[in-house]
Amino acid sequence: MIEIKNIYKSFGNNNVLKDIALIFEKGRANLIIGESGSGKTTLLKILIGLHEVDKGKILYADREFNEMGIKEKRLLRQEIGVLFQGGALYDYLTVEENIMFPLTMFTNQEYNEKIERVNFCLSRVNLENQNKLYPAELSGGMTKRVAIARAIAMNPKYLFCDEPNSGLDPKTAILIDDLILEITKEFNMTTIINTHDMNSVMQIGENIAFIHNGEVWWEGTKDNLLYTNNLELEKFVFASKLFQKLKTT
Amino acid sequence: MLRRVISLPEKKKVFTQQLILEFEKVGINSLGIVIIISLFVGAVVSIQTSINLENPFLPSYLIGLATRDSLILEFSPTMLSLILAGKVGSNIASEIGTMRVTEQIDALEIMGINSASFLILPKIIAALFFFPLLVILSMSIGMIGGWIGALSTGITTSAFFTGLTYEFRPFYITYCLTKTVVFAFIITSVSAYYGYFTNGGALEVGRASTKAVVYSSILILVFNFILTNMLLA
Repeated sequence: MIEIKNIYKSFGNNNVLKDIALIFEKGRANLIIGESGSGKTTLLKILIGLHEVDKGKILYADREFNEMGIKEKRLLRQEIGVLFQGGALYDYLTVEENIMFPLTMFTNQEYNEKIERVNFCLSRVNLENQNKLYPAELSGGMTKRVAIARAIAMNPKYLFCDEPNSGLDPKTAILIDDLILEITKEFNMTTIINTHDMNSVMQIGENIAFIHNGEVWWEGTKDNLLYTNNLELEKFVFASKLFQKLKTT
Repeated sequence: MLRRVISLPEKKKVFTQQLILEFEKVGINSLGIVIIISLFVGAVVSIQTSINLENPFLPSYLIGLATRDSLILEFSPTMLSLILAGKVGSNIASEIGTMRVTEQIDALEIMGINSASFLILPKIIAALFFFPLLVILSMSIGMIGGWIGALSTGITTSAFFTGLTYEFRPFYITYCLTKTVVFAFIITSVSAYYGYFTNGGALEVGRASTKAVVYSSILILVFNFILTNMLLA
């Protein structure tokens, strides 16, 4: 579980996050939704330690992130898997080497053990026998799946996904969403997904936080979402004509 | 930034692999351009010198001497470094810049890896080690080019080789290699800096690459002046 308490963050005079307090539960897909520029990417970057908070606390299972020393933070980072928007696979490494990379850096495993883990991760994302391909040879969906495989290689406790299905066709996007949810349940991870894709929200949104103008505007599940009276959330959720039509029917 | 770069590698085996990769990228991949440019510049220097020294009172071995000194003192360490700033420097800036804009550097940082050291230190070490070798090769090939050029203007082989060895000061080599090491550091560190702090997209990667070449070149020229004043004046 990750708990954030009263987080504030600003860049110059721009107050990006104001008094954010949320709980992300273990074994569930926790979604952060909001318009572009609402502050959700900043929040995700704060959670994974790429930005520092101005005020507030981040608790990783009662361990406060800001009070950790460098060594503790390094250890915690090995418990974190991140799926970046573009995949962020290392161009000069093959699929196999990309997934093996964290294992090589942080474990003393023999090659055979590592390759076994790589093959397991690849099978988990339905990409068996694609070991020797380079990132440039992969489609968008395959890139995301390899990135998921790399993110779970170290058997993380926490999985962060930034726009996991951006740039994907709706069918592949749903496959990726389902895969993330399956992995979350299977490994009992705390998964946090940053998205503004409503298909994604309705597919896997178990615990949703809507961020608007840097503040938490609403919290709930995908079922609550459809019957919300929150005006800003309604504008966001029912932005498309299709969703508006569905609501009226 | 430099303190982050110059820190102990997290995993020696991975660092060694990175270093070997950089030897190939920084050094071995530059062999072709170094050989071609040095050969032709050496030939042109000797032809131009021979045209300018068409005086019966001047000994013909001066052509070999002028070619040698031009190559050792200026062309091989400085001009070649400017060329390598264009080739290697732009490559480093665009490679690291692309890694920045595609979040590959973020991915390293999140894993708890010191990305600056992981990416930049092997490049600096590879350049510090390989650039002097490239410069020595450039001097040798340049002199062969000079010999070919001299032959084409009617200078004898023995006169040219007499000039190459005439009043040779070994300190020139020390001066040349000292400059090369400094220039290697400038090229890799400046280019890596611009790549590492790229912000934006493909356009910014291109800009970072251009800036890396321009500022490396300016610094090479400034340090060439300073080092020449310190070591030769």
